[in-house]
Amino acid sequence: MSATSRGIAWMLVGLGLTACGAERPGAPAGSTASGAASAGAPAVMPASFGLGRAASEAEIKAWDIDVNPTGATLPAGRGTWAAGQTLYAEKCAACHGAKGEGMPPVYPKLIGADPRDFSFADDFKKTKTIGNYWPYATTLYDYINRAMPLTQPGSLQPDEVYALVAYLLAENQVIGKDAVMDATSLPAVVMPGRDHFVPDDRSGGPGFK
Amino acid sequence: MSDDSRRISRRTAITTTAGAVGAALLARAGLAAQDTPAAAPSAPPDATKLPGLPTSAVSGRSPFVHPERTPTGVLSGPSFTPLQDLTGTITPSDLHFERHHGGAAVIDPQKWKLVIHGMVERPLTFDLEDLKRFPSVTRVHFIECAGNGRNAYRTPKPDMTPQQVDGLTSNTEWTGVPLSLLLREAGVKSKATWFLAEGGDAAVLSRSIPIAKGLDDALLVWGQNGEPLRVQNGYPVRLLLPGWEGNACVKWLRRLELIDQPNMSRDETSKYTDPLPGGKARQFSFEMDAKSIITSPVAPARLSKAGWWPVRGLAWSGRGRITRVEVSTDGGKSWADAELQGPVTPKAHARFQHMWNWDGKPALLLSRATDETGYVQPTRAAFQAARGIGTDFHFNYIRGWRVDRDGAVMFEGEA
Repeated sequence: MSATSRGIAWMLVGLGLTACGAERPGAPAGSTASGAASAGAPAVMPASFGLGRAASEAEIKAWDIDVNPTGATLPAGRGTWAAGQTLYAEKCAACHGAKGEGMPPVYPKLIGADPRDFSFADDFKKTKTIGNYWPYATTLYDYINRAMPLTQPGSLQPDEVYALVAYLLAENQVIGKDAVMDATSLPAVVMPGRDHFVPDDRSGGPGFK
Repeated sequence: MSDDSRRISRRTAITTTAGAVGAALLARAGLAAQDTPAAAPSAPPDATKLPGLPTSAVSGRSPFVHPERTPTGVLSGPSFTPLQDLTGTITPSDLHFERHHGGAAVIDPQKWKLVIHGMVERPLTFDLEDLKRFPSVTRVHFIECAGNGRNAYRTPKPDMTPQQVDGLTSNTEWTGVPLSLLLREAGVKSKATWFLAEGGDAAVLSRSIPIAKGLDDALLVWGQNGEPLRVQNGYPVRLLLPGWEGNACVKWLRRLELIDQPNMSRDETSKYTDPLPGGKARQFSFEMDAKSIITSPVAPARLSKAGWWPVRGLAWSGRGRITRVEVSTDGGKSWADAELQGPVTPKAHARFQHMWNWDGKPALLLSRATDETGYVQPTRAAFQAARGIGTDFHFNYIRGWRVDRDGAVMFEGEA
């Protein structure tokens, strides 16, 4: 049983109904309920409640701002360390410090190479930065674009975001100061922290991980 | 007097301005509106000899009761629930812990909408009325911040209270619609393996969630303990992933995008990942491990005399029901099963109680939870060996409270 059909089965069981069909995601069978519904559960489960409306392309585009490691949704534009240096002083340094040293615990340190050996579990005073911890460079674009500066989120233009990304990557010694960051070069940046992340292997039961 | 009770008493006063009698009664009860700090609360010498308060629009707490969170005034940070002041298992909505990343967003419900798009057959937009027209469910679940317990792990101090140790967990009766119902309407394409959940706050906080959780017990909730969500809990609608870390339960929800790989957003890479010994970090560690904490007696209380005292606390697991809580009063040399006060429901706080006959000698109180998967809350030593002193989230080891010969209770961070 696929995760999807398992989920739908759960949903129907959860509502006190008996599932019949619902094997293909996106096209649930017309599963009018059979069996006794528990108290408070609806008596019928139509194939669709017909609620909501079609989302328009314009409203999706207005909110669809995320950028993943493929960089497929990165916008046109470009930025360099030099442009970023000016912008950083103007828009970021007040909270994150002139040299990216941060004001913990509220405003994180942004710049710092050490430790490069990812030995963070050994000492909580070892500070995670873009340069020694962040696994993907595209995350910088995604996050700065959506949430920074803290008091004026969403105010930066693509060229400004690219410039700040270039500045922070160069100051963290991940790229050179002459590198241009754009929709092609940014996803190609390999971060020092990249290969240190492992999936969650906890699953309950006896023992401790 | 707390901010809340001051605000409520001001409102109470306004509703009764028509009657000078009412105002006089309020003044006598020590509840008159005032902008200066309140004097010590007072009550009539004999409440049977004077009329009480008139009816009011909203009940305030007794002037003698003032539980409070721990606000810091910054836009990005936590405010802790006063666990030691609570009874039963439900956290009052105005005391649910806070953790915002760009301040608590105020959203007009008339303008709110949710867009579901990406790898779906039918991209859909829902308004609040649409959402509430689906069959709804009501369930009790805790939400715990993945960073809960960090201060106590790194810098334990004897005067820490349960609020300071573990106050980033709260337990609520939530009402909402199963996410699986909405996904069914949109028609999830088979290649979708994750969904991105995004908030409409200043952080536009986003997290990637495995589709299996969305089709399992995930809810979109609008009800909190019998009323709409509080602003600080994501009004009008938040995502609830029962048993999973609070950060993933995106507040002020505005967008769900079905995707085939995680987005690697800031809060699932640079934060909310767990450094481990050997130069690794655990990622997408959503589930909250079983945990418990004694909430009475705790610092800064002092046991006034030897004899019977209840040892009470809370236990919870992100993987199901709590099946057992044991209490030790001798620092772990011996353990006794505590009473679990039902109903004990999955992925929810459970209240435990153990009656203890204190002999007046120094003692070390511990609690240890077991959940229905057989998972047992670890010791600090086992936790530290597996995760390292520098690990950053999911601090669920056994908490201790030391009782001195004179009855003074202190947090024991190395128990």
